[in-house]
Amino acid sequence: MSAGLKVVRAGLFETLQDLGRTGFMALGMPTAGAMDRIGLGLANALAGNPANTAGLEIGVMGPDLLVEADSVRIGLVGPLSPALIDGPDAAPKPLDSDRSHLLKRGQILRVGMIEGSSTAYLAVAGGFDLPAFMGSLSTYSRAGIGGFDGRKLAAGDLLPLATLGAPAGNERRLAQPFDYGSGPLRVVWGPQDDYFSDEGRRTFIESEYRVSKEADRMGIRFEGPTIAHARPVDQGGADIISDGIAPGAIQVPGAGLPIVLLADRQTVGGYPKIATVASVDLPRLGRLLPGQTVRFAAITVDEAEALRRDQEARLQRAIAGFVVARPPGGIDLARLYEENLIDGVVFESPWNVTSKPSSAEGSTK
Amino acid sequence: MSVRYLSCGDTAFTVEFGNEISPEINGRVMALHAAIGLAREAGEISGVIETVPTMRSLMVTYDPLSTSRADLQPRVDALIARGLPADATSRRVTVPCCYDDPEFAPDLAEVAKRTNKTPEEVIAAHLASPFKVYVLGFMPGLAYVAGLDQALFLPRRSQPRVRVPRSSVAIAMDMTTIYPFESPGGWHLIGRTPLWMFDKRREQPVFLSPGDSLSFERIDRGSFDRIAGEVEAGTFDWSSLVKSK
Repeated sequence: MSAGLKVVRAGLFETLQDLGRTGFMALGMPTAGAMDRIGLGLANALAGNPANTAGLEIGVMGPDLLVEADSVRIGLVGPLSPALIDGPDAAPKPLDSDRSHLLKRGQILRVGMIEGSSTAYLAVAGGFDLPAFMGSLSTYSRAGIGGFDGRKLAAGDLLPLATLGAPAGNERRLAQPFDYGSGPLRVVWGPQDDYFSDEGRRTFIESEYRVSKEADRMGIRFEGPTIAHARPVDQGGADIISDGIAPGAIQVPGAGLPIVLLADRQTVGGYPKIATVASVDLPRLGRLLPGQTVRFAAITVDEAEALRRDQEARLQRAIAGFVVARPPGGIDLARLYEENLIDGVVFESPWNVTSKPSSAEGSTK
Repeated sequence: MSVRYLSCGDTAFTVEFGNEISPEINGRVMALHAAIGLAREAGEISGVIETVPTMRSLMVTYDPLSTSRADLQPRVDALIARGLPADATSRRVTVPCCYDDPEFAPDLAEVAKRTNKTPEEVIAAHLASPFKVYVLGFMPGLAYVAGLDQALFLPRRSQPRVRVPRSSVAIAMDMTTIYPFESPGGWHLIGRTPLWMFDKRREQPVFLSPGDSLSFERIDRGSFDRIAGEVEAGTFDWSSLVKSK
């Protein structure tokens, strides 16, 4: 017996992603991986998974997924407007995002539109039963590898689940939305800041840049004031001997407009990189939409590392602080007890009954 | 020879050995690549995720949650100070190539004309070139292989092709390459190998590695078709092409 989620209607660009395919950049293999590691991490934690479990990265509009399993617990994270459809003629019932849900066989999850972010995440408890490629399930669609058949999802795809039914347990939600931070994107100068004039560096740090329409998993092209190179471009001022490209590297080709390179970036490149976005702010980059504006502020490597450690600690606190969630249309028992609104009433939620393990549930294939 | 450390944010830094392309500098890059790998296996360095060798520098990526630049850089410095072996090249790879079919070598005649050679002389020079794989990048498995006979140096085509077939063997500047996928490309196509530089069905999907010594072996169309069939079927014995030094 197998279990799966069937794509009955595809969204715009969903791919499976984990935290990336590391270890093969020397062979020209991009890391890929989640554009917003915090969103994926929270979705996995809501579903009860380890942080590096592959989840569905949703872009712009999510799919409709039919549950072909006894039950499945999902974690949904991001500014989504999901809904649950109970049967062929049933009206969609709205669901909350930033929490887990228990779905039953025959129900359809309509992931819906994302508002205000370019990415959102869906994790399933136990993960997907798909083969890793070079140690990772991250989809790199340009080479057709990883994830589900190396590509974005299409109608008719059946995503196999690693567990036949959801493990017992309460549904949980974020106590409050995670604070991704605001203000300028923090950057560290280099590796090739010396390829730019003082004026060019000042332009970069003092100007506002707008996300262009050319923004995808590979990178974001920004529009704004052009950044001056130190030497004339026609004399090699925008050419380096190709070197490695780190996540968040900001390359500035001869035209002078910055391009931030992200998850699906190529491993090496020959344009000078004025600065690199600190890892603490990579998840913010992974959520940017065309038309949004950003500024950049320079910090040191030490400061960037400290900010990242602080963010990781906040993420772990957010996960430890998950609260029990009310089932859709049901009652938040935990909150009622906490608030002493009921006393001595024997009350069993039908949702909790159905989440108890039966013989098949909770076992791995 | 001095070394520069370039910041790549808080998850990587680049160790730059020089600002030119030379076998000596690349030898040091590959040696540090190997030395860090050994130090990781020996437990002398932790928190490094991977190292990315290029012509004249090595990018070291790390996890800022388990180490720091301040901790790692002195350890890398110590490895360099300990002395890097002159040449870390470990493999000698042979790539069969068919130059004879006009479909495979649409630019052979033009290359011959522009280098004042006959097509046979171009092929002979390509076969005799002492090639070395310097960098893989741009797409998985695409290798920049330098060492081309100086007599064949040409700039890239002024008009790049929209579609270059997979496994095309091409030259430009001082390099040769083999296209791992059908893709756009501006290099001169002088032959084709029946091998796939990237085959996701293989345990090691990427055939070439940085540091490989590489030479081409001329095959006729019949051999090409036979090997191509075996590669396609997944029965080809790739190990016959690789010798350890």
